[in-house]
Amino acid sequence: MIGTGISVNSITARRRRHPLARLAVVALALGLLGGGYAAAAPSDSTADAAVASGKADDVAEGKSLFVAHCASCHGLNAEGTSMAPPLVGVGAASVDFQVSSGRMPAADPAAQVPRKPLAEWVTPEAINQLAAYVQSLGGGPTRPTADMVDPSKGDPAKGGELFRANCIQCHNFVGAGGGLTYGKYAPNLNPATPEQIYEAMITGPQAMPVFNDSIITPEQKRDMIAYITQVRGQTDPGGFGLGRIGPVTEGLVAWIAGISFMSLAAIWITAKKRKRTSK
Amino acid sequence: MNETPKPIAGTASYLDDRLGAGSFLKRNLRKVFPDHWSFLLGEIALYSFIILLLTGTFLTFWFKPSMQHVIYDGSYQPLVGVGMSEAYASTLHISFEVRGGLLIRQMHHWAALLFVAGMTVHMLRVFFTGAYRKPRELNWIIGVLLLTLALAEGLTGYSLPDDLLSGAGLRITEGVAISIPVVGTYITFFLFGGEYPGEDVISRFYSLHILLIPGILLALISAHMVLMWVQKHTQMPGPGRTEHNVVGAPFYPAFMAKAGAYFLFTFACIAGLGTFAQINPIWLFGPYTPADISAGSQPDWYMGFLEGALRLMPSWEINFLDHTVPLSVLIPALVPMGIIMTGLAVYPFAEQWITGDRREHHLADRPRNAPVRTAIGMSGVTFYGILWLMGANDWISAYFHIGLYETTIIGRFAIFIGPAIAYWVTYRICLGLQRRDQDILSHGVESGVIKRLPHGEYIEVHVPPAEDIAEHMRGKKEIPIVPGDEDKDGIPPKGVRGPIGKLRAKASKFYGTDHVPLDGHGHDGHDEHAAVGASDKPRELH
Repeated sequence: MIGTGISVNSITARRRRHPLARLAVVALALGLLGGGYAAAAPSDSTADAAVASGKADDVAEGKSLFVAHCASCHGLNAEGTSMAPPLVGVGAASVDFQVSSGRMPAADPAAQVPRKPLAEWVTPEAINQLAAYVQSLGGGPTRPTADMVDPSKGDPAKGGELFRANCIQCHNFVGAGGGLTYGKYAPNLNPATPEQIYEAMITGPQAMPVFNDSIITPEQKRDMIAYITQVRGQTDPGGFGLGRIGPVTEGLVAWIAGISFMSLAAIWITAKKRKRTSK
Repeated sequence: MNETPKPIAGTASYLDDRLGAGSFLKRNLRKVFPDHWSFLLGEIALYSFIILLLTGTFLTFWFKPSMQHVIYDGSYQPLVGVGMSEAYASTLHISFEVRGGLLIRQMHHWAALLFVAGMTVHMLRVFFTGAYRKPRELNWIIGVLLLTLALAEGLTGYSLPDDLLSGAGLRITEGVAISIPVVGTYITFFLFGGEYPGEDVISRFYSLHILLIPGILLALISAHMVLMWVQKHTQMPGPGRTEHNVVGAPFYPAFMAKAGAYFLFTFACIAGLGTFAQINPIWLFGPYTPADISAGSQPDWYMGFLEGALRLMPSWEINFLDHTVPLSVLIPALVPMGIIMTGLAVYPFAEQWITGDRREHHLADRPRNAPVRTAIGMSGVTFYGILWLMGANDWISAYFHIGLYETTIIGRFAIFIGPAIAYWVTYRICLGLQRRDQDILSHGVESGVIKRLPHGEYIEVHVPPAEDIAEHMRGKKEIPIVPGDEDKDGIPPKGVRGPIGKLRAKASKFYGTDHVPLDGHGHDGHDEHAAVGASDKPRELH
């Protein structure tokens, strides 16, 4: 009652004791609070959408692309179905990661959706439009700028330490990937573009956890991208890299090439000319 | 022409007078060695060992076995400014700045893989041909010791660069040591000089790796060779070969040339691999910190079976009076190794006990002619192979798109079922091959000549097998069986009394019974065909 201000003075004590008075007061208080919040709260989603797309046209184009290629699983309004999750709030970064790597549209709802060659309609422009549409639905992580993922601006040594501390448990020392439980796996990082690596970290696709900016700063992410791209691009100084995965392929080579070669050599050294028995 | 030039004759007699080498050489240079390709497999290990000593010495010139913390400032860009141990930094220095360093490092590592692989194939050859039998049991034990020491030498060696991959192996070593009941903690603190990883383990492993273990290896290899030389090499059965002679080529010049050539082949193989195939790229793995671990971490191949055992083991543990006995670590660390190494060491004596065979053996068995031994051997190979495969189950899972848990579950069943299937299949194959030998000896080989008989029947002309092949087949020797029949008073003979004796009699019968005797008439009931050898001219048989 105290918080409702002037209205209290203008009504009589009898009316104040009316059974509906309490309800009316609560309704009034809620109305004021809600209205005040609506007026004062920052309009996040619309601001993000504007940043991501720039144009309202893109959102409309994106929606039609979405309806044509995505809606059968994710629902007509990206509300999700039993087959696929809702896309409200996943952000433009997620759209770019999934679509530009060929993972979405998915061919088959298996344990994990693999990277695959892009469909013909998937152009950078189409990805922009789709991303703008999904961003307009509920915000979410936006795509990094070219500067944020430029490997030449990162420190590969620092990135390597972060990479070893955070990524190689699943993705392996050299980003060769690895198996996970229930048919899931950490993919090989070699085909991933710097932008996709960044987006994967901020969106946490499939089995991957999210590494947001408070865990790993954008500069550190760029350092990691610098390490990943520098190491995967280097020529193996020791000869054929054997997949760079260490002792498994090395052991196979030692046995298949080494022991086979030595056995053949032994057979050759001890071979005798057979005496011809006939004639 | 026949006279030796004076400088040579003079020097030779000078040395001979003082060393007495002449008569020794005269006796030994003519030593005869039998010829079979599989007899050279052990030399892979011998020559790899020589290459390991040479390349290893080169590496010690620059390697610093220290866990002192340094900041890297070398030529490998992605690690510049990263903190690491001096051991890791000096290994990077050998790889990137020492001339020929990377080649020698890679040759050293490839030679290590071939060293153990050569030992393994050599051991399999000795096992499957029964060459470990009397009088060579002790040399076989030396071989088992060599193999065990080689594993320790490998573990201490690949841990030295202190990279992230070998650190994972070091952590497992610590885990095994600390899981030993009662004394585990003490052993771990003793080994690492305090809390893991401490600052001592690399320098301690270095002493073990370059001094103690190679010293013992060298001594045991020498003993292995001397015993082989004195006892003479076994030979495969064949024409003119008996238990009392050796048929082959003399050491000088024939066998020496072959052995020399085989050393060059080994050297070529290791140098070729070291040049063209990158091994243990520690710069990609990064320096070791106990906090980091990579997917797809495997030890070198010869430790793979232990890794596999660890991965297959369910997470069992016993908690007793506030003490934990982690069976999930203890069992995989000790049981498979125990089964394989102890099994190998006691096999010659177990076989002797079962068969009661006290004879000397210088003629090797063909694997098919000892079917139970061959089947047990293949069963062991399968046991080892499944553990080995499971050591790489995460790569199998990732590359062949099989769930990780599925590989573990399949492995847990396969480790018990696989060896049983391998036993049965091998046993049947051995009997089948024996039947084939019997068939060739009694029916001859197909000549490819088709003949039409007057009444219109077509037959293929069979001819006797080549003499050397036939002799090779006839070299089959019976496996003795301890007599187990009770005498007329119902008392079994000595040695097979009591429950253990009865078991022995049963095992002996099972082990030694010849199901396909060479002079039998085959299993197909065509007894009307006389044996080929019965007449002079080739018989026409079908």
